[in-house]
Amino acid sequence: MISALWVMVGISLLLGAVLGYSAIKFKVEGNPLVEKIDAVLPQTQCGQCGFPGCKPYAEAIAKGEADINLCPPGGEEGIRKLAELLGVDYKPFGEGAGPRAKAVAFIDENTCIGCTLCLQACPVDAIVGAAKQMHTIIASECTGCELCLAPCPVDCISMMGLPESIQTWKWPYPVYTLAQPKNPTREMPTS
Amino acid sequence: MWSSPFITTPSSVSQIMLRVLIALIPGIAFYVWYFGPAILVSITLASITALATEALMLKLRNRPLKPFLSDNSALITAWLLALSIPALAPWWLVVVGTAFGIVVAKHLYGGLGNNVFNPAMVGYAVLIISFPLHMTHWITPNLLGGTELSFAGQLNYIFYGVLPGGMTLDAVTMATPLDTLKTQLHLGLQVSDIRDMPIYGRLAGKGSEMVAIGFAIGGIYLVFARVVNWLIPAVYLGTLFVVAGIFHLADPVHYVTPLFHWFAGAAMLGAFFIFTDPVGGSTTFRGRIFYAAGAALITFLIRTFGSFPDGVAFAALLMNICVPLIDIWTQPKVFGKKGGGK
Amino acid sequence: MRRLDHFHGGIHPDEHKLESSELPSRIAPLPPQLILSLHQHIGAGAKVQVQAGDHVLKGQLLASAQGMVSAAIHAPTSGTVTAVRPHAVPHPSQLPGLCVHIEPDGKDQWIEHAPLAYRAIPKSELLAKLREAGIVGLGGATFPTHVKYSLAPDQRIQTLVINGAECEPWITTDDRLMRERAAEIVRGIEVLRHLAAPAETLIGIEDNKPQAIAAMRAACADSDIEVVIIPTLYPSGGEKQLIKILTGKEVPSGGRPTGIGVACSNVATAFAIHRFVDYGEPLISRQMTVTGNVRTPQNIEVLIGTPLQELVRLAEPLPGVTGYILGGPMMGVDIEDLRLPVVKGSNCIIVKSAKLFPPAEPAMPCIRCTRCAAACPADLQPQELHWFSKARDFGKAQEYNLFDCIECGACAYVCPSHIPLVQYFRFAKSEIWQRERESQAAEVARERHEFRLARIEREKQEKAERLAQKEREATAAREAITLAQALAAKQAAKQAADPDFEPDNTQQMRINAAIERAKAQVAAENPKNTEVLTPQQQAEIAEIEARRAKLREAAAHPGADDEPPKHS
Repeated sequence: MISALWVMVGISLLLGAVLGYSAIKFKVEGNPLVEKIDAVLPQTQCGQCGFPGCKPYAEAIAKGEADINLCPPGGEEGIRKLAELLGVDYKPFGEGAGPRAKAVAFIDENTCIGCTLCLQACPVDAIVGAAKQMHTIIASECTGCELCLAPCPVDCISMMGLPESIQTWKWPYPVYTLAQPKNPTREMPTS
Repeated sequence: MWSSPFITTPSSVSQIMLRVLIALIPGIAFYVWYFGPAILVSITLASITALATEALMLKLRNRPLKPFLSDNSALITAWLLALSIPALAPWWLVVVGTAFGIVVAKHLYGGLGNNVFNPAMVGYAVLIISFPLHMTHWITPNLLGGTELSFAGQLNYIFYGVLPGGMTLDAVTMATPLDTLKTQLHLGLQVSDIRDMPIYGRLAGKGSEMVAIGFAIGGIYLVFARVVNWLIPAVYLGTLFVVAGIFHLADPVHYVTPLFHWFAGAAMLGAFFIFTDPVGGSTTFRGRIFYAAGAALITFLIRTFGSFPDGVAFAALLMNICVPLIDIWTQPKVFGKKGGGK
Repeated sequence: MRRLDHFHGGIHPDEHKLESSELPSRIAPLPPQLILSLHQHIGAGAKVQVQAGDHVLKGQLLASAQGMVSAAIHAPTSGTVTAVRPHAVPHPSQLPGLCVHIEPDGKDQWIEHAPLAYRAIPKSELLAKLREAGIVGLGGATFPTHVKYSLAPDQRIQTLVINGAECEPWITTDDRLMRERAAEIVRGIEVLRHLAAPAETLIGIEDNKPQAIAAMRAACADSDIEVVIIPTLYPSGGEKQLIKILTGKEVPSGGRPTGIGVACSNVATAFAIHRFVDYGEPLISRQMTVTGNVRTPQNIEVLIGTPLQELVRLAEPLPGVTGYILGGPMMGVDIEDLRLPVVKGSNCIIVKSAKLFPPAEPAMPCIRCTRCAAACPADLQPQELHWFSKARDFGKAQEYNLFDCIECGACAYVCPSHIPLVQYFRFAKSEIWQRERESQAAEVARERHEFRLARIEREKQEKAERLAQKEREATAAREAITLAQALAAKQAAKQAADPDFEPDNTQQMRINAAIERAKAQVAAENPKNTEVLTPQQQAEIAEIEARRAKLREAAAHPGADDEPPKHS
């Protein structure tokens, strides 16, 4: 009886030591979960989630402080990826919080006064210009985060939808002509 | 937007299914010849039930009726089920089995193309588990020269459960040759003694062996018309032959010949019509070999060591379960990934 | 007799080749307008070198190749460039692409050109010339020829395969070309042989083209080029499939034929090369089949850029036209607009009628019959790919080798459920490409954002350092002032005590200068607030504010266009 107890105590001590040693030896630097979440986020740095950028949002998700459905630019696909990554259920966007069409900011150069406020707002340095000089947006680098809209004192920045080109055109999802149910939403794929 | 290709073969699902139905006709003809027209009654009953439940389910599922009712797949389920159960089964047995197959096994899984299990075999399994007694009354073939039930008498029994005065059910029905074999072996008889009994013919059961030949004829037509893949029947029958052959060679006193296994019970029907059902079957070349060989093994094991008279239905269902895994494991190497080629 | 290999699957659709293959090919008259897409080949588009109003001669460069995988584009006839603007181009999207519009002057006047003594120049120069001549593969994929034959130093070509299979139904351009221009094709092949230096050269021709086989055999009689008859089976004209048939080698997934010592070009490409080296003519015309619901189906030599309607008119369409297919019925593009121009990759236009091309049968669910897998020349499992594409499970689709699909259409052709399989695969591929683009963009955005954060941090640190530095300097200056003042006071006291004392002026001056310097430094420490706007700037803002107010009034429904567009 006593010896059994000692054996159990001994084993638990040994295992505890092994665990403790590995925790020190194989300690993971940083939080890889944050990196993984950040990799899923679209990096628009738009702050629509309520956090000042994608990384802070990723950190908040990793800590369980934020929901996974707060990122409109990521779209439903993004929520699905986060749900899969974190092993939680898919959660749809809140009312009116869904994604909008992809667009890039455009500066009306006649109106711009060269105040540089948008330069400071842009999270990816996609606006070039200098004080009292006209500013312009590098469309290829613009993430469409809209953060430059608010600071502009003369409201000369607008969002322009990206026209579909031969390079970005996508084959549409095939439409069945036959199984046209009365209530088409029930035929829609769910994932 | 209409993507290429702009031409297609004239073949269609309903045409494929129709050919399968046509291929069943030789077997049914032999059935009628040796066992009387009762089977036509149960086939008709099953067909009506299948179409009615199919229509009902399509309606409930908000699908168009015409293309799915005319795809002939419900009829195949109905015919296969009717051919798997005794022709003298009471009418409600046919109706319950068919309806269960169509409603539960087919439509609750998403209808045509989405069923995991063969609906006819699910119907059969439900019946043999729920109503085992009713599933043992097989018509005695007219070759045995015993009492023969007229068509009117058959109809009367199917719908009202009454036999002509003075006739007992045992006089017009019997256990299947496979069942008899198993029972007699349990009683301690030897295979050779059992095979001398009057119900057995040259290959297997008198009459029923001819029906099996009929199915084989239809099946070979399907293979040559390229409606079904040749691989599954070949591997199924081959494996059954080899396994049964090994046991027979090792102990001919207790194990029947491989040919008996081929032509008894539903082996031929299974080889050409049940295991070849594409929906629940494996889709890869190697997968089909596993699928058919596994089905043959299960058939043999249930027939020889199990308590059910035949093993084809359960072999189909058990192998249906394994299909997703088999398919994942047997994905073929694609062009350009075959490790160097030649 | 050569032992042929075979590829998996394949189909035998109705050939419909006799309609157009028996008439001699003719040359299309000069069209009233030519429209040259700048994106005629796989790879980077060409860079336009002309502008509206320019007069160009036949064969003059319109757009030059940019980048390695690219090819030049030339004026197909002499005339005036009327515009360089977008126009609908042959692409499934039917979206406009940038095009050079030329109005021919009718003179068809050539620019100066001369044959090329290609054996006298280095191969690299010959390849560059092919690039400048705009020579691309004319079998359909329009892969620039110079890229195909730019071999790494250690690459050796064992077999040069010339593709004369022409397996797709209805199309007969290569058939006609081989019958009529066999000797010229062989001259082009000689150039490719010079480039690739292969051990053997094989021309693969399907056995349904006996005249073409006879003509090519006759033309090759004196050389060691071998004409190989292959069985008619779609898609044996696919590059990888033809190489497999002729050599038994499989081009590795994602690889190029040159990786396994094989080079492959189409007979029409060889013909275009012949025109270039023997006459100096860049690629400005090609053969096209016009067939289907027309009175005289035939092959026509046509200038690149000719609007398709000109071709269809030549063949005289019959009543009951339901549409057009650019390319063959298996891999072509469904088009409605006949103003689309011919591009280098156009090999056929089929006029549709309800009888020849009945509308697509309604699709039924997949019954897993695997007829598609049996027909697939790439050994794929199209039924699996279809389920994954349908469920938008793109990761799984890629796992099941979606990108090895050559979109030949054999699967959809045999499908008894009439499922538009190829469209599912194209849908899945373009979705995956888009995700790829998006994730690349996100990666760039992440880098830029992190760089910005680092930059802001660095600037902050630098500012702090500057402040600290200034603080130190200011302290030193204040100390200097105190010291100087103390010194001055001491001197004054000395003067007061001793009236004879002569103040050292130079010293006094030094002290004053030090005070000034120190003061200046202290002043510089508090810079003027530059954020305060000048009256002029404020006036500007006010003016703009007024403009904006006006705009706001004018804008009736602000935010109405915020609605995301519905995606189907």
